[in-house]
Amino acid sequence: MTAADVTNTPAREQAAPEPARRRKQPLADRESFLAKAFLLPSILYIVVLVGVPFFLAIGFSFSDVTSGDPSFDWVGLRNYRRIFDDPVFWRSLSNTIVFTLVSMVLIVLLSKVLANILAADFRGKWVVRFCILLPWTTPVSLSTISWLWLLDNVFSPIDWVLRQIGYLGPGENMYWLGKPGLAMASVIAVHVWRLVPLAAVIVLAGLVSIPKDIDDAARVDGAGFWRRMFGITVPLTLPVIAVAGLFGAILTFTVMAVVYVLTRGGPTNSTQVLASWAYFVGIQGGDVAQGAAVALFLFPLLLAAAIAILRAVRRAETL
Amino acid sequence: MPDVVEVRELRKRFDGGGRGGPVYAIDGVDLATEPGEYLVLLGPSGCGKTTLLRTIAGLEEPTSGEVLIGGHVVNGLPPRARKIAMVFQSYALYPHKTVLKNITFPLKAAGMSADKQQERVEWATGLLSIEHLLSRRPRQLSGGERQRVALARALVREPRVFLLDEPLSNLDAKLRATARDELKRFQDRVGTTTIYVTHDQAEAMGLGDRIAVMEAGKIRQLGHPVAIYDDPADTFVATFIGSPPMNLVRRDGQLVGFRPEHLLPIENVTGADRVTMPFHIDRVEYLSGDRHVYGTITGLGEDARVIARLPSTVSTPISPDERHEFAVPAQRLRFFDAESGQRSDPVPVGATAGPPS
Repeated sequence: MTAADVTNTPAREQAAPEPARRRKQPLADRESFLAKAFLLPSILYIVVLVGVPFFLAIGFSFSDVTSGDPSFDWVGLRNYRRIFDDPVFWRSLSNTIVFTLVSMVLIVLLSKVLANILAADFRGKWVVRFCILLPWTTPVSLSTISWLWLLDNVFSPIDWVLRQIGYLGPGENMYWLGKPGLAMASVIAVHVWRLVPLAAVIVLAGLVSIPKDIDDAARVDGAGFWRRMFGITVPLTLPVIAVAGLFGAILTFTVMAVVYVLTRGGPTNSTQVLASWAYFVGIQGGDVAQGAAVALFLFPLLLAAAIAILRAVRRAETL
Repeated sequence: MPDVVEVRELRKRFDGGGRGGPVYAIDGVDLATEPGEYLVLLGPSGCGKTTLLRTIAGLEEPTSGEVLIGGHVVNGLPPRARKIAMVFQSYALYPHKTVLKNITFPLKAAGMSADKQQERVEWATGLLSIEHLLSRRPRQLSGGERQRVALARALVREPRVFLLDEPLSNLDAKLRATARDELKRFQDRVGTTTIYVTHDQAEAMGLGDRIAVMEAGKIRQLGHPVAIYDDPADTFVATFIGSPPMNLVRRDGQLVGFRPEHLLPIENVTGADRVTMPFHIDRVEYLSGDRHVYGTITGLGEDARVIARLPSTVSTPISPDERHEFAVPAQRLRFFDAESGQRSDPVPVGATAGPPS
């Protein structure tokens, strides 16, 4: 028997003959009740808004449900076979991958730079911080619509600037959203613009968690800015950057609003991604079964990303 | 010859961050080390000693004044240009690097060749006997091992000056005593000028060639440990140094000070030149062979609560609620101005003391 046991026993014996006291204990102090009460909302939320739709989607993907004919008939793998035969699916898949990879590289680089600016101490820093965080606080549909105007085929202010500096001739336009390559670049740019502030704040949290002494020690040890950056700061924030990157990847993978508002997947599916295509097929086209099958392709990729996040977090804890 | 560090009229102001006015963490400090000296900055927390060290390192820029290393003004130079090494209180080892990589980091930054690096690492790790730890990471080391690695990292590129910021405060008491001894022997061997910051007077007394006692951003006294202890420049130093601290008794606009170990039962104070005083004893503590006697003395000046420290060689029976004649040798009395706390000239006090019993 350990010392703790010895001291605990009398306390338990004292409590036992007084069941009246336990009954009087208010509801808000009973842990067995509190645990259930606190967990219930999130469990309900997950079951109703994530679990049910997920299994519904799996069910639908093996059926012929459409918005016109909601009766469930089993069709086996027909929806998947059709998807594989559709060139738009392959286009969307490669677009999704390109979109995610390019966005993530840009987001990680820019958020690292922005986090350094956010962490720095200078005159008027609150104005800069406010401006940096602004894109994330603006509702996505609102900000994307202003981008839609900025990238307008005829009236784009960016084109006007380019004309003023002589890059474009009079009456010429870039057609930002009209040419396949430029459209993809525009979608990526808007998405990066939206996600960078969030990523920067996450990276900033990693930056400030590095003890000041370590940076001071590196300075005394003779390391210049770049050596400190790549020898000390980046390795120490790597787990946090990994988490930020993976969260960003998930948000990018499932992005739909930016594409929907800016290009609706066009021109000729050159900016179509899996999430937007699933929406167009399943909701707008009414082929719910096929849309569900498309959307399910996101699942294995997202699962892999989620596992990677958990691993990165665990590595951060053991450092 | 080892380089010397000098600071002239150094001031460092911190703006109060909205609350209160600006604070001078360093308030006009003049200080110069001897070549190869072990100089200890001693003071209570918040006295500016760490800020002074960081300013010398170049991690803080002074508001005014000059820092000189090896005779050159280094104001505005980044830490790496100052060729100093610093050991931090937290050791600040790079957690993601192995011990070997930690130690070679400053060498890599200096662009040293791999052969030379190897040679330096072998020398430094040999000196601190940590060769067996090279492949470990900091979190796999004990406190004492971390401290040695931090020292090795500081030592490895032969800095002009060592700056140590409370390097022993994270060790347990037993390890601290050994580490203190090692630090001193190690510095004797390397011979580099060292500035050592601590709030622990035992460390300061044991390690320092000289001690600078700081308070509120100012140096109160700079001197040899013996001088600091025996001849404190003011009442702050007198009461900060020594455990228990110096007794102070108010008398005619002056404070009369004497160390607890000099206040002894009268039969133990020989010689005619002694000042006797009746001592009303409240309480006796028995601490590692000594008896600490708490009580009130009368007759010297105003009544004052004092502490006497009786070594084990004094066998006079002492018990609480007793009155006993105690005495202090007259040459052990120190005099301070009651207003400013500064040392003042001795005045004869024997006349007002009670007659010897």
